[in-house]
Amino acid sequence: MAGHLEIKDLRVRFGRASILQGVNLSVTGQPLSVVGRNGMGKTTTCAALMGMVAASGSIRLDGQEILGLGTGKVARRGLALVPQGRRMFPSLSVHEHLLLVAQRGQPAWTIERVYETFPRLAERRRNGGNQLSGGEQQMLAISRALLMNPKLVIMDEPSEGLAPVIVDHLIEVLRGIVAEGMGLLLIEQNLRVATSVADQVAIMVTGKIAATVRAAELIADREMQNRYLGVSHGH
Amino acid sequence: MSLQFFLIVTLNGLTLASLYFIVASGFSLIFGLMRTVNMAHGSLYMVGAYVGFAVFDPLYASNTWGSQAWLIAIVAGILAAALLGLFMQVAFLGWMQGQELRQALVTIGLSIIIADQLLARFGGNPFQFFAPDMLFGPVQVPFIGRYPVFRLFQVGLAVAVGIGLWLLLNKTKLGIIVRAGVDDRQMLAACGVNVPLVAATVFALGAGLAGLGGVIGATAQPMALGVDARFLLMSLVVVIVGGMGSIGGTALGAVLIGLAEQWGQVLFPTYSVILTFVIMASVLAVWPQGLLGRKPV
Repeated sequence: MAGHLEIKDLRVRFGRASILQGVNLSVTGQPLSVVGRNGMGKTTTCAALMGMVAASGSIRLDGQEILGLGTGKVARRGLALVPQGRRMFPSLSVHEHLLLVAQRGQPAWTIERVYETFPRLAERRRNGGNQLSGGEQQMLAISRALLMNPKLVIMDEPSEGLAPVIVDHLIEVLRGIVAEGMGLLLIEQNLRVATSVADQVAIMVTGKIAATVRAAELIADREMQNRYLGVSHGH
Repeated sequence: MSLQFFLIVTLNGLTLASLYFIVASGFSLIFGLMRTVNMAHGSLYMVGAYVGFAVFDPLYASNTWGSQAWLIAIVAGILAAALLGLFMQVAFLGWMQGQELRQALVTIGLSIIIADQLLARFGGNPFQFFAPDMLFGPVQVPFIGRYPVFRLFQVGLAVAVGIGLWLLLNKTKLGIIVRAGVDDRQMLAACGVNVPLVAATVFALGAGLAGLGGVIGATAQPMALGVDARFLLMSLVVVIVGGMGSIGGTALGAVLIGLAEQWGQVLFPTYSVILTFVIMASVLAVWPQGLLGRKPV
């Protein structure tokens, strides 16, 4: 079931620049959204969690330290990433993307189930990863993560560049994932997505978590939105 | 120029191209797909031939194994080169992923060590395998007359290797993983794939193809020290002309270079060596990514 992710004092430096300055977060059972302006370190946090950049501090998944394991091992321990920009494999077809990560046995998520959930992907199974529309790519990126049957999925800006009607569909999909008991750490700029999927919202400012608030609180508090996010409405 | 002469030179070019393809396809796997610079590929070719011959020689002389000696030598040559390649990847090159200059220097160093070790162990005398009776001697070919059957076998083997590699890359899970790794190695790891293990497997496979080429090459022509540089250079040229990481491109490059060498020797023997590099320079000038290579994204 949902993995418990415990992040303590996570720090990342690029040369002399301190990108993450001690991030503390915990995802326990309930989905968590992380919001913040551009350049606050949200994507770096994802990279550090997946072992894609060198970091210090502590990342525990179900009590076990995963910091420093290397990306492949972190993924096999049960963290999956839906990366910013989706990062499709241009050389692979839709179906091959799924074959790449599909597991043997009787896991919760199988290729058949992905095709039932996203019939559009079944129609385009022979197409290349880069021949899909933005929405289709996002569904494929999410499917790729789900097929790993992870304990927890990290999603980095899944709504980026999607049409509003597709964003509605995305929210449905994310709610479904949460309802099934999979852990979710959702990095979002879009306040509507962030607050409709998770009840808890962490706000990131210059490489740290400035506050963790209830979604309803953030929606109601225009002043807080202005201060932390520089937006005056939850569009 | 008679038709017969034209056909013989062309067929010679194609049989040479077959050997080049077998060796260069291994190089293409390692360099084109895994982006590992392996300047010791010619050494792996030589190791395949020498170890193969060390196994072949006593067997061929014995009465019981004589007829199978050549096949056993093929297996031994492939295994020796594959294991040495695996060792190189795990012990040295895997730690230098993406550092091309360092990989180039290390593998050049290894190729010097390997050449000296082969000289110390096997001496400097040339040697040649005897093909099994089935593949030995001439055969009648229409319009050409008598032609060595082994050279025709070489073409068949190259076609089989090409089809096998195409199937491996396009129809298997390993192929999916390899292609995904070419696109985005980090994202492949994030999919839970053990990328170093895949890199080692592909390196061993590419090295094994060099070893296979070594035994085949030393059956067609006598083998002596010094061929490592020739086959490394040839592999580089073939892969650059054909396009990195494309099996079809490697085949096309091998055919072009094989034909150019044979026809060059016929038409202007003194300058035939230059022809290969004229082709390479022209391709680089017009199609920097090779004839069938993908444009960098």
